[in-house]
Amino acid sequence: MTNDASPVVALHDAVVISRGFPLLSGVNLKLLPASLSVVTGANGAGKTSLLRLLAGLDALTSGAGTVVGIDLASGDRRQLRRRVGWLGHEGSFYDDLSVRENLVFAARALERPVDEIVGAVARVGLESRIDTTTKQLSAGQRRRLGLAWLLLRRPELWLLDEPYASLDDEGRTFFDALLGDVVASGATVVVSAHDPLRSGALTPRTIVMVGGRILGAAS
Amino acid sequence: MIRTALLVAGKDLRIELRSRVLLWQVVPFGVMALLLCGLALGPSHAGHSSAAPGLYYLVTLLVALLMINRSQAVERSPGTRSSIATLGLDPAGVFLGKSLALAVELLVTGLVLLGGTVLILHTALHGALVALPSVVVTLCALACAGTLYGALTAGGEAAATLLPVLALPAFAPLLIGGERSFNDALYGGALLGWWIIVVVALVAYVAMGILLYGVLEET
Repeated sequence: MTNDASPVVALHDAVVISRGFPLLSGVNLKLLPASLSVVTGANGAGKTSLLRLLAGLDALTSGAGTVVGIDLASGDRRQLRRRVGWLGHEGSFYDDLSVRENLVFAARALERPVDEIVGAVARVGLESRIDTTTKQLSAGQRRRLGLAWLLLRRPELWLLDEPYASLDDEGRTFFDALLGDVVASGATVVVSAHDPLRSGALTPRTIVMVGGRILGAAS
Repeated sequence: MIRTALLVAGKDLRIELRSRVLLWQVVPFGVMALLLCGLALGPSHAGHSSAAPGLYYLVTLLVALLMINRSQAVERSPGTRSSIATLGLDPAGVFLGKSLALAVELLVTGLVLLGGTVLILHTALHGALVALPSVVVTLCALACAGTLYGALTAGGEAAATLLPVLALPAFAPLLIGGERSFNDALYGGALLGWWIIVVVALVAYVAMGILLYGVLEET
């Protein structure tokens, strides 16, 4: 686990260029353990690109940075990916497998005990759908499956890309409660959203992005 | 690596069992293609039999292209790709697992089509049985080459077109070796020489896949 004194995320002038297009144009960011941050901004501001960089899914073009103690420029990105949890705004699973089969696959891939699956599914309220094929789930249920996937993984850093999309009020309340528990357990959570969180229960740090840069941050 | 390979192969075969693409789309397509070959050759049984090995591998190649594209497509939806990437699976194990699953699917289809050559193209049953071991090795090599080239072309805008164009030079020695072995099994000949070519190709594709699959996935 990351030492409490050291940041989970530290970026210095981080630049990511993909196919000649700058996705991030010099990002400086520091995130402490057991914190909740919300990255906001318009479409194309660089929210998803920032999360993908932190997940080790995209490579750093220039600048420097560490995530969970792993150097983004010279470290093992596969190792980094195993230590963060990513929930994208698209579908994240094999559509032809059931909820249980998707989670068994993830658990075995990460060498986690398979018997924790039932508990994770119960925690997100999908017990009755555990043997349902993923493509038959609603968008909100797929989000819950994504959360079960992350609960099973117990990552040090949770990266959630537009997690509130397609959630109803009940789903948002449930999601906020879960995020609160996750932060309380010591994990660091970064959420991207178009708007600041409206929940009164959570007091996140808000990071505003414009044009691939961080415009400002406020608690 | 072996653990990852078995995990990935099991997952791919389970997806296939659920989606029934092999049963309802690929096998009927192959049988229809064989029937059309029989009709194109006309009523002469002798002509059918001598052309059977080449036609068998031609139809198998067409079927294999469908299956290779399908094998890669299940991994390529944007969300799935990112989520699975964060599992940090060993790329060599993923290559072996996908090759193993594709080989099993190709063998099932190949056996049906071999029966089809006996019934439709009037191939001698004894000759087809003698050819069976060489067919198994050829299809395994085709699965490995297909998985490697499938990863190379997957994600591109014209993957379905690019795959046969790029993979043809890789498939050609396999198809020639397989066809010659089948022909020798039917009419008598030195089976061993063609066998060696196919086995060497199989070993080469396994080695290349283990070494290169991770690079192809990252790019």
